[in-house]
Parts: sequence; structure tokens; C-alpha cells
Amino acid sequence: MSRVARRRGLRVLGYVASVTVVLALWQYLSGRAIIPLLFPSPISTWKVGWGLAAKGQLGADAWASLGRILAGFVLGSALGVVGGMFMGSFRPVRLFFEPYVQFLRFLPALAWIPAVMLWLGTGERAKITLLAYTTVFIVALNTMVGVTRVPRNQVRAARSFGASRWQIFCLVTIPATVGYMLTGMRLAMGNCFMTVVAAELVASDTGLGYLIFSSRQWMQTELAFVGIFVLGMMGLVADQIFRAATGKLLWRYESSLGHSRQ
Amino acid sequence: MAYITFGGVDFRYGLDDPLIIRNFNLELERGELFTLVGPSGCGKTTVLHMLAGFESPSAGVLQVDARPVRGPQRDRIVIFQEPDSLYPWLTGLENVEFPLRVMGVPRAERRSRAEEALRLVGLHGHGEKHPGHLSGGMKQRIQLARALVLDAPVLLMDEPFAALDAQTRQILQEELVQIAARTQRTILFITHDIQEAIFLADRIGVMTAGPEATLKTIVDVPLPRPRMRGSAAFGLLYEEINQVLSVEVRRVLRREDSLL
Amino acid sequence: MSRALRASWPFSIKAFAFRADAASITVLSVLAVVLVWQVASTRWVPSILFPTPLKTAEAWMALVREGVLPYHVSVSLYRIALGFLLGTLVGVPVGLAMGLFRPVLILLEPYVQFFRFVPPVAWIIPAILWFGIGETSKIFLIFYTTVFLVLLNTMAGVAAVARNQIRSARCFGATRWQLFLWVSLPATMPYVLTGMRLAMGNSFAAVVGAEFIAAQAGLGFLIIDSGTWMATDRMFAGMLTLGLLGILADVLFRMVMARRAGRYLMPS
Repeated sequence: MSRVARRRGLRVLGYVASVTVVLALWQYLSGRAIIPLLFPSPISTWKVGWGLAAKGQLGADAWASLGRILAGFVLGSALGVVGGMFMGSFRPVRLFFEPYVQFLRFLPALAWIPAVMLWLGTGERAKITLLAYTTVFIVALNTMVGVTRVPRNQVRAARSFGASRWQIFCLVTIPATVGYMLTGMRLAMGNCFMTVVAAELVASDTGLGYLIFSSRQWMQTELAFVGIFVLGMMGLVADQIFRAATGKLLWRYESSLGHSRQ
Repeated sequence: MAYITFGGVDFRYGLDDPLIIRNFNLELERGELFTLVGPSGCGKTTVLHMLAGFESPSAGVLQVDARPVRGPQRDRIVIFQEPDSLYPWLTGLENVEFPLRVMGVPRAERRSRAEEALRLVGLHGHGEKHPGHLSGGMKQRIQLARALVLDAPVLLMDEPFAALDAQTRQILQEELVQIAARTQRTILFITHDIQEAIFLADRIGVMTAGPEATLKTIVDVPLPRPRMRGSAAFGLLYEEINQVLSVEVRRVLRREDSLL
Repeated sequence: MSRALRASWPFSIKAFAFRADAASITVLSVLAVVLVWQVASTRWVPSILFPTPLKTAEAWMALVREGVLPYHVSVSLYRIALGFLLGTLVGVPVGLAMGLFRPVLILLEPYVQFFRFVPPVAWIIPAILWFGIGETSKIFLIFYTTVFLVLLNTMAGVAAVARNQIRSARCFGATRWQLFLWVSLPATMPYVLTGMRLAMGNSFAAVVGAEFIAAQAGLGFLIIDSGTWMATDRMFAGMLTLGLLGILADVLFRMVMARRAGRYLMPS
């Protein structure tokens, strides 16, 4: 077996061993030490989770959260890309929006939850707006940076070839900025998870955040654990999707000779 | 009438900025390979950028083929030192096709012209790789092919081989001479390397140290081609130019020293 | 921006008839928005829902005068400070250990790679169940936020130490301990500091989120409580304070980094 394969195999083995040990420890401890109410065992968590899944409720909650994220994310990304392109290309536009961008960067989307709920109620519209807000910012910022970082010589070369400004924009600026857009989107996705959970904890009757919240109402901590677990899985899958997309789109930019432009 | 004329050219960035180039006078004939050497920071690149059209002279006259230079155009193509002007999302072939694509040339013709250009620079069959996966020498050849595909009469080369290893550099120098000989291209080549300058040039211009740099002297290179880097004539010329250049280089060093 | 750079700008701004310089545009922009805000909230929207800038400013000053704002701010800051400190104290060593010792990496990695995708706010409910509604639950949340970010960045830092830096130290005969203290550790500092700065930013969001859901004090509590009572001017004042605090924290952090850790910072 090659050295690389052996290393990887050992690593996987190590993970499995580690997780098994911790699960076993957890099971053991929650049986003995603390009130099982506060810290349910893995087995009991699994049972509850499976029950919810069988009833279709887990799926419904997961889908509710996911749907909101997707809607807000897509909307926010579209606006963010366009906005970022404008801000990056036209200096006056960037200067005009700069004070707000610089201030609102430090005001997390979370902080807007009470305000948005006041204005738009506690329905889907409010949550999607929040998520779109979360996304727009990060994507616009990253896109803007990308536009300003297009190598000067790429633009100069295109000008020498007689390209019109529109051609330069379509054939040079946009492809050169794709990497930054994707980075922004990946960061925004992470923040979307955070925002949606917070929004659902504050005021919702569906979604994974609500599931976690309900654990307190029903005095069933397993529900919180199930919700957290599913959240983690969703985040992991989303991240993997982004990595795959980035890999597929950006492999050609990547240098195999050590001259990569991060 | 000379093909390219610099007449009393001055350059400064803004109205309140110091003068970088002063009273630059140079005439280039069509088909000439002219190298420009000078100490670091003297403004050689600025001269090239003015000819390319990326910057405008603050005073004086700059003409190509009796017409004033007004912005970048297809007749003057730059080959940059860093190949960051290549587009990493396109293959090598697509990069060479790019200028034709901008012009609206149909696909089939684009492809055949680009492949011809790649053949000229010795990259036949290597067009499918992306710049990120090409070596330094190959990237510079792609830049060259891009200029050749347009059949640009003027090539502006800004230390294009400086970042390459010595062996690749020599090979590319020889190939450049061959390409220049085959067509009537006028080439302005900037370099720090006197050896490279002598090997390539019909004439060599030496610039003074900045600021307010200007052309100090022009040296003819009457050596027959192909040139032997080790020959006695080569060596004598090297010494002559080195003498002139090192005076200027020393001025720069002395100034840096006194600032410390 | 130099003229040379502007010449290569993809779009020309010759459309601008007058020479607009950066500062004047910024000032103009802020004035314009404040004006629109004032007009919008007095004419177009019921002002109970959307306070005017003047009302927000008034509410802000009232809150400060009454001592309400300083109180809530200090509560939130206390939670952040404690959680942040604990999180850093745990995150750095663990991150270093994971970066340097493969068994530790293998042991801990599955959890790190999984739980980093669970937003801190999700833990507030279990935290309350375990620690009650008091300070501990919020501090735990901040701790959680900080640990992950610092840990991940520290790990990345260890991996990024230039191989040649280690090699030359070994040429000089450095022991493993010397290598760690004098090469790996300093080289990792910029990453650790970046992780800390990111964690600080995220901590504000986490604490506010926690205070929305289960708190009797704190800036987040102030915001949501004001919202519940339709005191939108106080709500906005709270949000404004939050933003300002975030900026202040970031600026202070950078200043401290520049003065104390300047030589560790990566050239950027």
C-alpha cells in the first residue's frame, strides 16, 4: 500500500476510533452522573431523532430552515454581485456607499432581528429579508475587492487589443472576479446559518431553530441535540458543495508551479 | 522620416509631481531592434508605457508612423515582465485567440491564426494548458504569440526574460532574434542585462539615472548575426557600455546611500 | 489613487462634470442618507415603526444619561471579555497541539470539523438548561465562538510556517523545544492574532443573539426589549451602540496588535 494511502487510512481509522470512544464515554457518563434530562445519552438522542424523522417532522423542519436560507442566499448573492461590481468599477459609487458598508460590517445581521420582525412580522418574508441582508453585504464586499484586484496588465493588454469598455468588463473583469465572488458566497452561507437559527429561536414555529427552542418547552434536551446535529450536517454538506464548486470553477486558475494568486 | 519619434518628451504624473523623464529624444527606424538599458528606477518602463499609450507625455512629441500616439492600439503590443497579463481562466490557445476575439474574427479563422502563432513561438501542441500550469518561459512565449497573432508592427518588451532562468533566457533571446529577422517588426526592448542588450540589439540606448532621466547615449552594434557571446568584439562592446552605465548606477547608489 | 492606475480603470469617470474628491463624496453621501431617513420616517412610514435620526439620537442620549445604556453595555462586555479570554486560553494551546502532533489532530479533528458548522447561537438553549439563565450560559457561548475560530486559525498558522525557517534552525542545531519556542510560535502569531480578531467580531453577534433569547440584561436584551415595547427609538439607539462598539473593539484590537505585535504581523 502506498505511503499516502496508508496515512489516509490511518487517519480515517483514527477518526472512527476517536468518535467511537467519545460516544461510548458519553453514553456511560449520561447513564450515571448527571440527570439524564440535562444530558441525554447518544442512544436516547438517536431514538428521538429517528422518531422525528419517521414522522416526517425532522424533514419538515430541516426543509423549512433550508428553504429560507436558499431564498435569502440566492437573492442576496445576486444583489451582492451586481452591487459589488458597481462599487468596484465606479469609484464614486464605492465612495458613496463606503460609510454604510464600513459601519454595517460591524452590525451583525442578528441585531436586526427585532427591528425586522417589528416591520415585517414573524413570517417567511421577514426571515428571508434578514438572510438576504446577511448575504448581500459579504458578497458585495468580496466582489468589490475582486474587481479592484484585477491585475492592471490584464486590463492594459485588453486595451492594446482594442477591446471596448464593455468587452473589457465581460471578458476580463468578470472572469477575474469569480474567485472572490465564490469566497464571499461561502462566507455568507456560514453567516446565513447563524442568522436563520437566531431568527427561528426568537420567533418561529418551524425550522431547526424552533426545534432546538422546543426542547425547553417539552423539557426534552434530545430535541436540541437532534437540531444541533442536523444543523452541523447541513453546514458540512453546504461547505462541501462550495468546495466542489470552487474546485470545478477555479482549478484552471490554480498554479501547479507555485505561482498561485490567492 | 523615422518610424517612431520621441521629440523632447517630458513626463510627470501630476501637475505637482516631480519630473520623471526630461527631454527624451529618440528616433527608431522600421524593423529596428532597439534595446534600452539604464539604472533601476530611471524610468525605462515609463518610456515604454508612453509608447504603448498607457501614459501620455507631459510635453513634447511622440509619433508612430507620423501619427501622434493616442492611447493603446493594436499596432503596439506590450510583452510584460510578469505574465500577469495573461488570463488564467483561458487556455494558452484561447489567450492567443483573445485579441482576435475582441476584433470579432470568426472562430475558425481565430483558431487557425492562433495555432500558427503558437507554432511560430515553438509552443505547437501546448495550447490546451492554462497559464497557471505553464512554466515561466512558456508563459512569455504565449505573450509573444499573442502579439504575433495580431501581426503587430511594433513590439514593446519590458524586461520579458528577467524572471526566467539563464538557460531559458538564452533560448528565448535566440528565438526572438529569429522572429524579428523573419518580419519587419520594430522592437523596443528594455533590459538590465548588457549581455542581453548586445546580443539582441541593432542599437543600444543608455539612460541616465532618474529623476529627470533622459537618453545619455546611443551605441551602435555593428556585429554580424548570429552573435557570439564570447567573441572579442562582443566583450569590447560590453566594456564600453558597462563603463557608461556604471557611472549612472553609481549615481543612484550614492543617492540611496546619502538618504540612509 | 495614482493617475497611472486610474488610466487603466475599466470604466471612465469622465461622466463626472466636476472634480469630485473622495472626502466630499463621503460627506455628501452621509448627509443625503440622513436626510432621506429623516424625511422617510416622518412622512412615508408611521414613525412609531421607524424612528427618525433625531429621535434616535435623543433616545441614545437619554439612555446614556439614565445610566441604562452603560449598564447594559458593561454587562455584555463582561460576558464577551470573559468568554473571549477563556476561549483564547484554550484555543491557542489546543490549536498548537493539533497542528504539531498528529495523534492529537486525529483525535480532535472530527469534532472540530463538525462543530465549526454549528452556529454558537444554537447552543444557547442547551446552555441555559445546563447553566441556568445566568452569566455562565452566555460566557459559555462566547467561549464556544472564540475557541473554534482561534483554534482553526492557530492550526492554519502552524501549517504555514515556512519549511525553510525550520530547516535553517535545524542547521543551527536547535532542539525541538527551541524550534517550538523560537520559530514555530513566533511564526504562528499572525494567524493566532487574526483568529482572535475574527473571534472578537463574531462574539458580539453571539452575545447579542444569546441576549435576545434568554437574558435580563445586556445590549441584546435592551434591543429586543425595546422592540417588544415598541420603543423603536431606543431599539435603534441600542443597535447603533452595538455597531459602534464593534468598530471600537476592532480598532483597539488593531492598535494593540500594531504596537505590541507589529513585528509578528504579516506584510499585507
